[in-house]
Amino acid sequence: MHDIANALVAAWQLVLSGDPTLLGIVSLSLGISLTAVFLASCIGLPLGAALAIAPFPGRNAAIVVVNALMGLPPVVVGLVVYLALSRSGPLGGLGLLFTPAAMVIAQVILVTPIVAAVARQIVEDLWREYAELYLFDGVSRVRTICSLLWLGRFSLTTAVLAGAGRAVAEVGAILIVGGNIAGVTRTMTTAIALETSRGDLALALGLGIILLALIFLINGTAHFAGQAVKRVAP
Amino acid sequence: MIPLLRAAAIGWLLLSAAAFPAVAEPPFITVASTTSTEESGLFGYLLPAFTKETGIDVRVVAVGTGQALKIGERGDCDVVFVHDRPAELAFLEHGFGIDRREVMYNDFVLIGPASDPAHVDRGTDIVAALRKIADAKAPFVARGDDSGTSKAELRFWKEAGLDPRTIGAGWYRDTGSGMGPTLNTAAAMDGYTLSDRGTWLNFKNRQNLKIVVQGDRRLFNQYGVMLVNPARYPSVKQDLGYKFINWLTSPAGQKTIADYKINGEQLFFPDAKPATG
Repeated sequence: MHDIANALVAAWQLVLSGDPTLLGIVSLSLGISLTAVFLASCIGLPLGAALAIAPFPGRNAAIVVVNALMGLPPVVVGLVVYLALSRSGPLGGLGLLFTPAAMVIAQVILVTPIVAAVARQIVEDLWREYAELYLFDGVSRVRTICSLLWLGRFSLTTAVLAGAGRAVAEVGAILIVGGNIAGVTRTMTTAIALETSRGDLALALGLGIILLALIFLINGTAHFAGQAVKRVAP
Repeated sequence: MIPLLRAAAIGWLLLSAAAFPAVAEPPFITVASTTSTEESGLFGYLLPAFTKETGIDVRVVAVGTGQALKIGERGDCDVVFVHDRPAELAFLEHGFGIDRREVMYNDFVLIGPASDPAHVDRGTDIVAALRKIADAKAPFVARGDDSGTSKAELRFWKEAGLDPRTIGAGWYRDTGSGMGPTLNTAAAMDGYTLSDRGTWLNFKNRQNLKIVVQGDRRLFNQYGVMLVNPARYPSVKQDLGYKFINWLTSPAGQKTIADYKINGEQLFFPDAKPATG
């Protein structure tokens, strides 16, 4: 209990102090994860919808693959991205290793399957309900996908939030490809890992409390924004 | 409705973009170094002094010595700053690095629980202490991560004529992690472990742990710095890298290293030889 009390005090002091290092870490965390979630949604939502409505051979296998990739181990993704971006790797010329861009790439790989898998389920349910309408009207595939995504927009928030949760909380991949460089690639989660290894458990847990608060903030904003929009146009 | 969604997407993008600092980047080098230099707080003290003097930012990737050398081998950093002389010389020999310079030393200390089940407290002979720990089958927490500290520890076991990996069942715990996590584990298990003094002095979760053996000359821990071979990797920032190496080994850099203290205790002892040209 004593440790947890210390952590709460540490978290509170950090927030009150408005420490510029902390602000930098928080904004970098959010910047990387939100960018990754945005890109992953651009890929994952249409991909999930396509999987839901398009009959093609091997569709079931593709669904299993996407579902399984939700469980991608972050360290493995980190390692693969590291090897690809390394100066000795195929993309070494870009010089992206140990930069925020490398961290975004790793997180896009981790988050896309989550967004796609959840979106597939949601759109499939809608499709079961409305397939006849679309088929009867002879709407093209692409337009059907856009229309179904729009129809399911409120439920699909969950897909995006699931992805955002994974991105903000993830440490294994970004630690490897970012290198946890102070002021450049140090995020909330990698800072927590560092403070834990320094034995400053109160500070580590204090950072953890701030991270949790941020996750609540993101989810709360999404939820109440959704409610507000629904009230305007149900 | 569509405009609302579009506004949300644009807002999201702006938020993401705003989160990245949009200032022009100063010149920087990437240094692969060890957890001991980062976790002891030395870099936090040393690097701002260098940046202030030269305007060059130093981006440190702090990992074990083995991994730091690997990062250099793959050309993913400009400078390697580590502490495992035999491995450093092999690195030079294979053409991965050039111009190794010795910078400073600190020492290893044997950490153990206050209860001291192996009765090694206040010893000055690391090898004899390890033999006693093995005899008592007292918990020993090892790094096991190919770091400089890990390799030094294994050398001491070898000198003691013991192989903990065959006789250590039940008491020799290989954590495969950095110095800090290993100290956390030792604190939780009331175990012995070998640490560099700097990380120990800066470590906060000590519980019942304390220094039990120190002062053995074999515990001496030399740090060396090298430039990654620019002939092998043209991406290496040769000029900036040399500026860093030259500064570290210059009187100004050496004095800054000596000035770094925790509770009045000096952590690293500069010992660079004057440049040979």
